[in-house]
Amino acid sequence: MTRQKRSHHKLKRAVAPYLYLSPSLIIIGLLMLLPMATVIAYSFQNSAVLRRDPSFAGLKHYQAIFADPVFWASLWHTLYFTCMSVVFHMTIGMVFALMLNSDRINPILRNVLRVLYILPWLFTAVIIAVIWRLLLEPNGVVNSILMQLGIIGSKVEWFSSPQTALHAVTFANIWAGYPLFMVSLLAGLQGIPKDFYEAADIDGAKAYQKLFFITIPQLMPIIISISLLDFIWTMQVFPLIWITTGGGPIYSTEVLSTYTYKLAFSSYNLSQASASAVVILLISLGLTLFYIRYQRAR
Amino acid sequence: MTFRLKPAVLKMAAAAWLLGATSAMAADTTLEFTQWWEPELPAGSLRAIMNDFEAANPGIKVTLVSGPYATTRDQISVGAATGTLSDVVGLDGAWVNNLNAQGALADMNPLMDASKFDKAQVADIIKVDGKAVMFPVASFVYPVFVNLDLAAQAGVTKLPSTRAEFLDAAKKMTHADKNQYGWVLPLSLQSPGGVQNDLMSWVWASGQSMMANGKPDLEGKPVVDMLTFVKSLNDAGTISPGIATKTEQEKVEEFVNNRVGMMIDSLAHVNLIRKRNPNLKFDLIPVPVVDNYTGKRGLPYASWGIGISASSKHQEEAWKLVQYLMSEKVNAKLVSLANAFPGNVNAKPDFVTSDKAFGKAFEIFKTGYLANEFTGLPVAEDLMTQFDVQAQKMLAGEQTPEAAAAAAQKGWMAKF
Repeated sequence: MTRQKRSHHKLKRAVAPYLYLSPSLIIIGLLMLLPMATVIAYSFQNSAVLRRDPSFAGLKHYQAIFADPVFWASLWHTLYFTCMSVVFHMTIGMVFALMLNSDRINPILRNVLRVLYILPWLFTAVIIAVIWRLLLEPNGVVNSILMQLGIIGSKVEWFSSPQTALHAVTFANIWAGYPLFMVSLLAGLQGIPKDFYEAADIDGAKAYQKLFFITIPQLMPIIISISLLDFIWTMQVFPLIWITTGGGPIYSTEVLSTYTYKLAFSSYNLSQASASAVVILLISLGLTLFYIRYQRAR
Repeated sequence: MTFRLKPAVLKMAAAAWLLGATSAMAADTTLEFTQWWEPELPAGSLRAIMNDFEAANPGIKVTLVSGPYATTRDQISVGAATGTLSDVVGLDGAWVNNLNAQGALADMNPLMDASKFDKAQVADIIKVDGKAVMFPVASFVYPVFVNLDLAAQAGVTKLPSTRAEFLDAAKKMTHADKNQYGWVLPLSLQSPGGVQNDLMSWVWASGQSMMANGKPDLEGKPVVDMLTFVKSLNDAGTISPGIATKTEQEKVEEFVNNRVGMMIDSLAHVNLIRKRNPNLKFDLIPVPVVDNYTGKRGLPYASWGIGISASSKHQEEAWKLVQYLMSEKVNAKLVSLANAFPGNVNAKPDFVTSDKAFGKAFEIFKTGYLANEFTGLPVAEDLMTQFDVQAQKMLAGEQTPEAAAAAAQKGWMAKF
């Protein structure tokens, strides 16, 4: 083989993997990287999208949103909404998964519960929002039951009162999202070897000791992975909040997604909306990197 | 022989091509007309009107680009930015300021002058910076709907004409223990249209304004008085609960289900209300006015507006289409199909004679004037959102009407 032929062969070998990857790379580039780069570029322009000749704005739009108290309120609400959702998704998911994995429950009842518990996952965000709006409206079922039980004395405006609105939307999101944890943890529970529990029984371990020293440590990789994913997804929830409260009353349920939407489609300030979207992107990116590092470490 | 025929064939082909090309050049100008009206009208009816226009204007063809309201809005915004806006566009008054700032809308003044268009025949011409940018083709007015059964049960024999009478009637109709309230106020931030339809309509009804010299005047007496009045309705417990998240659709549902005695709503909902509750007895009255006011009443409205793209290469043809839709007969036909009131003051839709409720509303329309000061304002929806938040704070007891007006004024001035 001549030197020229050898180098040609080498080049072909080096290029081949990229050629195989090229369809995916092109799709990722067009559908993910290009829109992201465009939004980042818009965040540095004046009158982005709305003008054919937008001028360079530097960091002006970032300064504007950081100076806006509603942005900081939105950030706080997003964190509250996300953290509470993830914690309760995990807790409820764990309790239900343990219940469905328990031999002490009748198998028929267990199958019925399995279907019932997974139901919220089957509804779209819009349906969930409509259901909870109807249930929690001042003349709705929840107020009626609570009043009959004597828990509340008068009708509570769950979504319309600044004091209760954020808790109400968080509650609706908790209800909608726990099945992801439940299903993942149930799969994890079924993978824990029975030997561990038998050995613990021989050692005289109590139920809570088995939970804290066998079950939870064994499920920890799943708990951390799903928690991180849930955190990223919940942070970006939009339709549920938009349909139930629209970010109100008085900004009390304004989160980063509704704040960005209003900037874009209510104020038509697409440059500031892009800056806000980039902030969300950076927060999500930080969490994603954390997730990738954790996955690599495993 | 073949050889001899070839040049003849080529000559014939060239002649045919030339003929085709010249006839194509001389013939059709195709206008693109983007709007959200077609899906809201009976199937095929807007196309039929366009066919009539094409028959009356040989050489002009119209392509309808139709979609839902929100999609059309986005499409028009992007079209304005990229210079690809359709020749003729359906417009909402809330969009025109932004579109004008982008230089996307043509000034129709020169077109009107050139064609000696009679301006007196149109109900309104929306102007921004002196440019005539939009005509309301069809208007959906917002009177007060009164549930006659609830009114009778409450002993309200004379339907309210002033704010004081309205407050009195609302108090009488309210029975919170039975989930029954006098009035309903939707102030959801998801869709802040309640600010123009259910709040500012009180100001315009009395011939007043939220503006002064082209700038917001929210701290002026009209707006503060309106907020004080709404607060008094709220303090009296006459407003159905859930104000801050209530949408227009829920407002209508509560009225349909006999849970509220009165609501300000679009006339476009009359048929929907009848369909949802055929037994409901209701009447329409103009929005009540401040005591002792005897002038003409402003009638809040939403409209299907029309304008011409500044980048259109066929502005004369586009103007012909606008003129056609604004003409007496065609306008009457279009608004009859839409259950709306006409943009041409001489047009009379057929439903006003065949339907008692519409007939009464038409009388209200004829004796008043169309009023919606958000039309033509910059980022109108954002202004409504800002006012909405301050009104919510006031109704939650966090601030006075004066403070709400001052805070909204400050926010609005930043946008002007």
